Amino acid sequence: MQINKTAVALIGLGLVAPFILYPVFLMKVLCFALFACAFNLLLGFVGLLSFGHAAFLGTGGYITGYMMLHVGLTPELGILCGTVAAGVLGAIYGKLAVKREGIYFAMVTLALAQLIFFMYLQAPFTGGEDGMQGVPRGELFGFIDLSDNMTMYYFVFAIFLFGFWLVNRTVHSPFGQILKAIRENEPRAVSLGYNVNDYKWVAFVISAALAGLAGSTKTLVFQLASLTDAHWHMSGEVVLMTLLGGMGTIFGPIVGAASVVTIQNYLSGGELGNYIHIIMGLIFVVCVLAFRNGIVGEIQKVIKRNFGN
Amino acid sequence: MKSLKKSLLSAAVASVFAVSGAQAAGISDDKVKIGVLADMGGVYADICGKGCVTAVEMAVEDFGGTVLGKPIEVVSADDQNKPDIGSAKAREWVESQGVDAVTGLVASSVTGAVTKVLTDNKKIALISTSASHAFTTKACSPYNAHWTYNVVALANGTVKPMVDAGKKKWFFITADYAFGHALEKVASGVIKNNGGEVVGAVRAPLGTTDFSSYVLQAQSSGADVVALANAGADFVNSLKTSAEFGLTEMVDVAGLLVFTHNAKALDPNIAGGMKLTTGFYWDMDDETRAWSKRFKERHGSIPAMGQAGAYSMTMHYLNAIKEAGTDDADTVMKVMKKNKPNDFFARNAYLRNDGRMVHDMYQVRIKKADERKNEDDIFAIEQVIPGEQAFGPMLSQCDFK
Amino acid sequence: MATFLGINLFGLFGQLLVGLINGSFYALLSLGLAIIFGLLKIINFAQGAMYMLGAFFAWMALNYMGINYWAALIIVPLAVGCIGVLMERYLLRPIANEDHLYSLLLTFGLALILQGAFTHMFGSSGMSYAIPDELKGGNRLPFMYLPNYRAWIIISSLVVCVATWYMIEKTKLGAYLRAGTENPQLMQAFGINVPLIVTLTFGFGVGLAGFAGVMAAPVYSVSPDMGSNMLIVVFAIVVIGGMGSIGGAILTGLGMGIVEGLTKYFYPEASTTVIFAVMVIVLLTKPAGLFGKEA
Repeated sequence: MQINKTAVALIGLGLVAPFILYPVFLMKVLCFALFACAFNLLLGFVGLLSFGHAAFLGTGGYITGYMMLHVGLTPELGILCGTVAAGVLGAIYGKLAVKREGIYFAMVTLALAQLIFFMYLQAPFTGGEDGMQGVPRGELFGFIDLSDNMTMYYFVFAIFLFGFWLVNRTVHSPFGQILKAIRENEPRAVSLGYNVNDYKWVAFVISAALAGLAGSTKTLVFQLASLTDAHWHMSGEVVLMTLLGGMGTIFGPIVGAASVVTIQNYLSGGELGNYIHIIMGLIFVVCVLAFRNGIVGEIQKVIKRNFGN
Repeated sequence: MKSLKKSLLSAAVASVFAVSGAQAAGISDDKVKIGVLADMGGVYADICGKGCVTAVEMAVEDFGGTVLGKPIEVVSADDQNKPDIGSAKAREWVESQGVDAVTGLVASSVTGAVTKVLTDNKKIALISTSASHAFTTKACSPYNAHWTYNVVALANGTVKPMVDAGKKKWFFITADYAFGHALEKVASGVIKNNGGEVVGAVRAPLGTTDFSSYVLQAQSSGADVVALANAGADFVNSLKTSAEFGLTEMVDVAGLLVFTHNAKALDPNIAGGMKLTTGFYWDMDDETRAWSKRFKERHGSIPAMGQAGAYSMTMHYLNAIKEAGTDDADTVMKVMKKNKPNDFFARNAYLRNDGRMVHDMYQVRIKKADERKNEDDIFAIEQVIPGEQAFGPMLSQCDFK
Repeated sequence: MATFLGINLFGLFGQLLVGLINGSFYALLSLGLAIIFGLLKIINFAQGAMYMLGAFFAWMALNYMGINYWAALIIVPLAVGCIGVLMERYLLRPIANEDHLYSLLLTFGLALILQGAFTHMFGSSGMSYAIPDELKGGNRLPFMYLPNYRAWIIISSLVVCVATWYMIEKTKLGAYLRAGTENPQLMQAFGINVPLIVTLTFGFGVGLAGFAGVMAAPVYSVSPDMGSNMLIVVFAIVVIGGMGSIGGAILTGLGMGIVEGLTKYFYPEASTTVIFAVMVIVLLTKPAGLFGKEA
């Protein structure tokens, strides 16, 4: 009930926001929010820390960019291709990674993501350091021109809502309950007869595909796919967003993504640009030492204490 | 339905952001706003960066701070040498903050992405420090103006004399992005057309810390000349490693793009005697010395060529607005191309229809330790290369009249 | 030009040498990681930042205090080790009982702060540190020119690695250390100060990274991101070697440096990816790594 009310309020906010704020900024927030939601599905609900999710964001971006630029697909098909490609990559990486646990899982995902990063750095089709430039936004379904920022915004907003709904649906399904059981007590889940690795793998694939969806959408918004999206800094950033917002909460990743993107945007404009890394690092340290529930987690705690029963 | 929605939306947007389309006459949103986009803290920070911001501010002040009675504003941002960050910033500037022209523009990868955004929005790109010639050839646009130098001028100025002098076999250590690729390609063309041969090339990522494996490849290639098709810190590091592995004693190592700051950072025993091409040198004559002195007082170091170029092009842009009576990009570009820039930087100069600013280039030699009178005494000018000869002909498809 | 079976030996030996030099740094860094992991069960994401810190401290010592390379080689690792001790005592110990992922995130945050702070202070274009006079110049070997300093890197890091291995595997101190890893409660009952051992071990592991940093200063440009670039490769090496043994970390580090060198010669395009490709193969065939024990 609570979640539904909050969701309705957020949708209302999302609908009017572009009249108040710069739409491209909002689209960036939405893309990263979707990315963080996808990541949170793994970290928050299965307890797996992937340090290589940038690989999926980047893959979605590059494949969509390539499809739009060289094959001439319409945006919805381009995004579909990017999402599927990220999902396939996730299926392969997931098979390798779910065999390991905890810190090993984090390191394996990180190293696998680096493999992809270097491939994108050298493959001719990505444009290397130049990035894939001049990707057209195209016409949705062949007749809705997306070059206008407002039209594009509502398209991105719809994609975000779909991704958000999917994560929510997964978490609250019987499948999601088993994921949580794995997170809480893996040996018990095994003893109950669940093939734990298969469940982890499916969650990994869904998460990777949604991260790819975020990357695909981002490429259309900025008309550019670049190495930044595939770099391990990006993998770290999404951890930060989720941690700051509150991992394992439904709305945490959105709040975290909005906060991080806003901070970055604010800092990049002025003399403070140099401080970005320092501030991101400080947020990390503070979150880990004193603030492990994140913003939304803390708010929920306060609400529970004062109004809950 | 669609048009109704669109008009409602655009009315709302306009009311909130005061973004208006290009106007036929007058100054849009009552000010002229110039954005300086450059690497502020990375490997190229010294060659443009905050110095470019200073140069643009100096130009605005020297111009009087207003044009046609409207204020001139300067904003700046750090692109971190990343095309995604640079183009997003440029997009935000022109779409929501009324920026009329973007200058600075260092890494060619960033400039490529930014000029696309600017051309889509019909705003002017004043390119000060990028080297790639793409912005006036295969990616040319009626809204690009490319000052200072480009890879064609570097290849004609530095490579050709060496091939003519009998250095026929070349090996490239190339920065692995748009600028390096363009420089390698153009220089290779010059080498082949003059009877030389390219025996190999390696591509090192921007910001490589250890060049030793690349230097070893160059060493085993059997080349007469190892050309460093990189810039900034990459150039400094690759030359240092070449010296460490004895490469500089075995063959000629040619820096294709060397800025005064980089030459200053190097041991004169390693770099002394190297010949290269530049678009500006502070100690050329009284005019350059006078401006450079003012610049150094404000910025703390002598100007790099792109910083001097940023001043020159900002001045030319503001003069064009004044004459045109508007900041509308198409009109201003016409005036910029019609009037010849002429200041301490731009000698025998004109802005060609493809956006290339053709002016005198200089072949210089890095001074040896015993020739230097003070720490800023770095280059000796050997020869003036006339603009036409340095920049080559214009492509017909880029002839924007 | 010397060739053998159509292979240009000049080029091959050169790349192998460069590989061995890189391998020396990999070995030092992955050794430090392995020691820390062995006792604290955490992955120190700030290991790369500590390496960077070592290089910058050497640079600052020379330029601000006139401390030369040889003195820095002793002082700087100690200084970096002290920072490690403070880090363990005041940041990592409070969360020692939480999920180990938190310590990974904490050290990641610290790495960002350090990298950001040094970028802010020195810019990211890198500073240069001169090779000490005693090690300038080089020798012309039959197949290549070997700069003295590069030879020094290989020899000295091998000595440090082997000494560390000996200390941990063969001495009484090392026995305490390993026992502390196996069963801290029991060791505590025997009157051994386990928290102290933990802190000092962390300091030592971090100090190794600082030592690698000083070694690197004269040949790599001293820049804020030198550590983060290196660390990712070291992580892959750690996955390949597994976290089982100290010797395994050293051997894998050196071996991967050589593999990288060979690739640079035979197929340079793949040189940045080869270590990660090896990692995938190892994961497929031996998920716990070459020297690892399945946890």
